[in-house]
Amino acid sequence: MEKLGQPDLTNEFVELVRKAATDLPADMQKALTRAKGEEEPGSAAEGALNTILENVEMARRHNTPICQDTGTPIFEVHYPLGISTRALAEQIRRAAAIATERSYLRPNAVDSVTGKNSGDNTGVDFPTIHFHEWEQEHIHVELVLKGGGCENVSTQYKLPDARLKAGRDLDGVRRVVLDAVHQAQGKGCAPGVLGVAVGGDRGASYVKSKQQLLRPLDDPNPDPQLAQLEEQLYEESNTLGIGPMGFGGKTTVLGVKVGALHRLPASYFVSIAYMCWANRRASMDVVLNNGGVEVTYA
Amino acid sequence: MPKLTIPIPDEEIRALHVGDTVYLNGIIITGRDAAHKFMVEKFIHSAPPAEEAALYAELKRLLEGGVIYHCGPVVKKHDDGTWTFVAAGPTTSIREEVYQPDVIAHFNLKGVIGKGGMGANTLKACQTQPAVYFHAIGGAASLIAQSVKEVVTVHKLEFGVPEAMWVIRVEDFPVVVTMDSHGVSIHDQVEAASEVKLKELLAV
Repeated sequence: MEKLGQPDLTNEFVELVRKAATDLPADMQKALTRAKGEEEPGSAAEGALNTILENVEMARRHNTPICQDTGTPIFEVHYPLGISTRALAEQIRRAAAIATERSYLRPNAVDSVTGKNSGDNTGVDFPTIHFHEWEQEHIHVELVLKGGGCENVSTQYKLPDARLKAGRDLDGVRRVVLDAVHQAQGKGCAPGVLGVAVGGDRGASYVKSKQQLLRPLDDPNPDPQLAQLEEQLYEESNTLGIGPMGFGGKTTVLGVKVGALHRLPASYFVSIAYMCWANRRASMDVVLNNGGVEVTYA
Repeated sequence: MPKLTIPIPDEEIRALHVGDTVYLNGIIITGRDAAHKFMVEKFIHSAPPAEEAALYAELKRLLEGGVIYHCGPVVKKHDDGTWTFVAAGPTTSIREEVYQPDVIAHFNLKGVIGKGGMGANTLKACQTQPAVYFHAIGGAASLIAQSVKEVVTVHKLEFGVPEAMWVIRVEDFPVVVTMDSHGVSIHDQVEAASEVKLKELLAV
């Protein structure tokens, strides 16, 4: 039962999922194209980037998933006062099932106790949805499809870390992030994007690190110290020589995004969300007017 | 670019070296976490149970000189009951490291396709068999699906679509040899070199 003024956005959520799964954002494609030009002609690294770019074009043309691991769908929903988040959550779950039926998503939700795949991308807390009430009058939804291979190389450090000589400061953050890139090698489908969060408790820190992945690659950090850290980590990560797919080469990461949270005096966590080159994100704005909706996708 | 036809003879495997790009042609089988655990527990560490005898015989036939692919595809089922691969890139191989040497030896596999490389035990198995590790491009799922010309059949669909064992016919499936039968692994080389660089950056 929809209440008066509650929109049904099921179809719009399906379209958002389709777009994210099949259409790589322009900034990611541009960065991959630039990276290809920087690798040695004829190298395995250049070959990998060629294949990646061909695949991006093909997925868009055929309307098929860029990667078969369509990941955990993570929705960040900003909504005005008066909208039912319960209704929106139901619509998102319905949309996930429809998108699975249409082969935009692989059935990816597995019951951790029985091992049974639900078959439609719904399950306990699946998809992931975060709601944020805001002062604006429209609904803004961001979606990232976070693959499993890169999730497995994502990690969290507790500072100080004696092995890496990492203290509780931004140089300590730098040290553990570089270690994480080294540990990941090509396993997270390099060249990746790093979402980094400093502070928070363990849970908040991981959530914040993933939210960094929603930022466009050219989005400048408003904090000058974090902006400088992002730049330095980008440069230094790319001197490690891991390269596309871990074949060796000049491009190991395509971007680094750092956010910070307040923390307890006792704790200093650094979380690193490694995102594969297939950084599949999409967003939509929904303007509500007299029972109708106007939707734009980006 | 060289093409290989499955089953692949030993001399063609021995001729491959890390860094070689090749195109695979023939019948391959997908298998990832559940399939590897199943094969090792049911067929290798114990006598095949009666209800799986037919599957065991088919795997023995298809994997002799054959290739297994670490992949959990996106598929489409048609009204007539046939299947198509929609997206089919590789999954991370290292999770199969505990099973892979046994599977290579038992079935006389000549190749494993995946991503991210594998460990010392698989590298050793590649030398002994001989066999190689073929690295597919992670995430290139739509493109790789185009080289899957036919879904011949599927086994163990009860494991779920990603974990089932899909028997597929591929044409010109592009891969790079990153672990060869001569004991060389690109993954070991890159990791060692990046560790040197990391120590410089951290001055530890």
